[in-house]
Amino acid sequence: MSAIAAEVQQSIATPSLAQVLEHPGIWRRSSQHQPTVRAISTGMPSLDARLPGGGWPLGALSEILFENDGLGELELLMPTLAAMTREHRRVIFVAPPYQPYAPALQAAGVDLRFLHEIHATPTEAAWSMEQCLRSGCCAAVVGWLPDIDYRSLRRLQLAAETGDACAVLYRSAVHAAQTSPAALRLKVSNSNEATYVDVIKSRGLMQGVTPPMRMRA
Amino acid sequence: MLWACLRFPGLAFAAAFAALPEDVPGALLEDNARRRTVAIVNPAAQKLGVQRGQTVAAARALCPSLVVRARDKAAEAGLLAELAAWCYQFSGHISMAPPQCLLLEAGASLRLFDGWSALSGKLKQGLAALGHVHALAAAPCPAAAWVLAASFDGCVVQHPEQMLRLLNDIALSRSGLPAKSVQALRSMGFRRLREVFALPRPELTRRIGREGMHWLDRLRGHASEAIPAWQPPATFFQRIEFDAELEGSEPLMFPLRRMTQALANMLAARDGGVQLFRLRLEHTRVSFTEIPVGMAAPQREAARLFELARTRVERSTLHAPVRAIEIHAEQLPTFRPPLRDLFDPVRGEGLDWSALDERLRARMGESALRQLSAVADHRPERAWRHGDGSTPPLADLRPRPLWLLHRPRPMRPTPARVLAGPERIESGWWDGGDLRRDYYIVGTRQGQRAWAYLPAGSHDGWMLHGWFA
Repeated sequence: MSAIAAEVQQSIATPSLAQVLEHPGIWRRSSQHQPTVRAISTGMPSLDARLPGGGWPLGALSEILFENDGLGELELLMPTLAAMTREHRRVIFVAPPYQPYAPALQAAGVDLRFLHEIHATPTEAAWSMEQCLRSGCCAAVVGWLPDIDYRSLRRLQLAAETGDACAVLYRSAVHAAQTSPAALRLKVSNSNEATYVDVIKSRGLMQGVTPPMRMRA
Repeated sequence: MLWACLRFPGLAFAAAFAALPEDVPGALLEDNARRRTVAIVNPAAQKLGVQRGQTVAAARALCPSLVVRARDKAAEAGLLAELAAWCYQFSGHISMAPPQCLLLEAGASLRLFDGWSALSGKLKQGLAALGHVHALAAAPCPAAAWVLAASFDGCVVQHPEQMLRLLNDIALSRSGLPAKSVQALRSMGFRRLREVFALPRPELTRRIGREGMHWLDRLRGHASEAIPAWQPPATFFQRIEFDAELEGSEPLMFPLRRMTQALANMLAARDGGVQLFRLRLEHTRVSFTEIPVGMAAPQREAARLFELARTRVERSTLHAPVRAIEIHAEQLPTFRPPLRDLFDPVRGEGLDWSALDERLRARMGESALRQLSAVADHRPERAWRHGDGSTPPLADLRPRPLWLLHRPRPMRPTPARVLAGPERIESGWWDGGDLRRDYYIVGTRQGQRAWAYLPAGSHDGWMLHGWFA
């Protein structure tokens, strides 16, 4: 116990104040300096413009909360996943709710040799997602964990930090009101025959409220 | 060759009293004495005046709370094996010399550990930390090391002549000769090995027999001997039974710490780790609580293993008192210290894909992890398969959904509008899997985009087959 406590204390004590102030979660009114968020482009300029760092945050958990299947929620991610697999970096789908359809993935530009699919029960899914994130050999881990609790979310966020991987979690939009340790939360919703993407939380977001992005006409 | 002999005088006591806290007075009985007398006592009992040779009744009179136990030979052998496992980190050739000694070939390890003083320092420090009283001696031949450890703790001799000089001074009673030979030699007036070594060989053989002579040869390194090498076991199991039934999780911590320490020693010896072990808390002969302790990555550190086991035990509810505890670890995967690249910053645990793959399959089964392949077929069900990620060149550029339902299902409510289609897919008459369908991209009232079909030429009977997610 004491060893762990000491370790924690050390990791808290080591960084200097300047380093602490670099954290994207801290912004001082006096500074002009935008906190840096490491990110990878979403491949969609209008979405990049809405996200701090200009894309999906790296080494962090992102949540995509969607109202229904088939709103284009997975399409959001495809350009990034395609780019990763083409660079021979691994992408993992954990517990997808339907069969990921190989011809469509191929058409989206994904190199299927670097895409893996994990079938798992809900508890195993959270475990395997954490393992993949932590391992440091996966570029992105995408999970469908409908009933995940706050503690597990926190674990995933930490695992993503440890492995410097891009973690994306798909959940139902009913969870939008709950608190979450995720660095980025997007809501995909539909009204008047169009799909909108709304940034509901983002670490390091400077400007005020941005209008939702209109995705599918 | 340099053989080190470790002698554990407290082994019998430690084995019999595995779960006894230090402040409880305990006494071990003499092996096969007709009268029940005390053989070994712990400091707590000694403080109260209990001594070796007292009868149990006398000892009990001095100290009513004294815990008395007989020797447990099986537990002693187990403890010695445990110590052998721990020593395995210092030498590849360990041999057990029951009841209380271990022999290590240290000559080959000297360079690695930077000489004898550093090596013996590590041994002594480690054993002291484990709480084992011990004596250590080293000599060019194992029998001599064994004898010297009993008489001269801490002595090390590298040269045979020096070894002989030391052996000369050993009293016959401690020379390791059979008791009968010692008796015979003593009655002839011999006291020390020096005098025996000086005797002419044929006469000596006649007096102490071939066996005794062979032992003297082994002592002096004149006879070659094969020392059986101890092999680390492939799985780990340990059991501690309690005298009384223990209530709650708190009293279990002491034996638990011992067990996880033993597991860690064994892992260090195997150069392995453990990712899952089971604790079995026995309530009665038939009822028990089983607590699996799993971890994210293979571990081998004693403190970490204990911490994990402790949290699991504390969290679980014990519905009855515990009378025995067991620890099982069947799968001992290789332990990988995180790999470090010289230039790249390490990401996470620094596993490579094959290690992660192995870890996931080990826990979730072989079929849990899959890859997809595209297949050149027009039928949606056959246009993909689980495979190795191979793909034919993309031929069809018509939109396809990212999600395919495992089985098409009737679409209710029926689509609000048709966005594209129909696209007739008619194929497979040659292999019995023929289908004739008109596929449409349709929208629902919630704004979802779906891939649905109608039987060719029909206008109702919508079947949902995929989502444009």
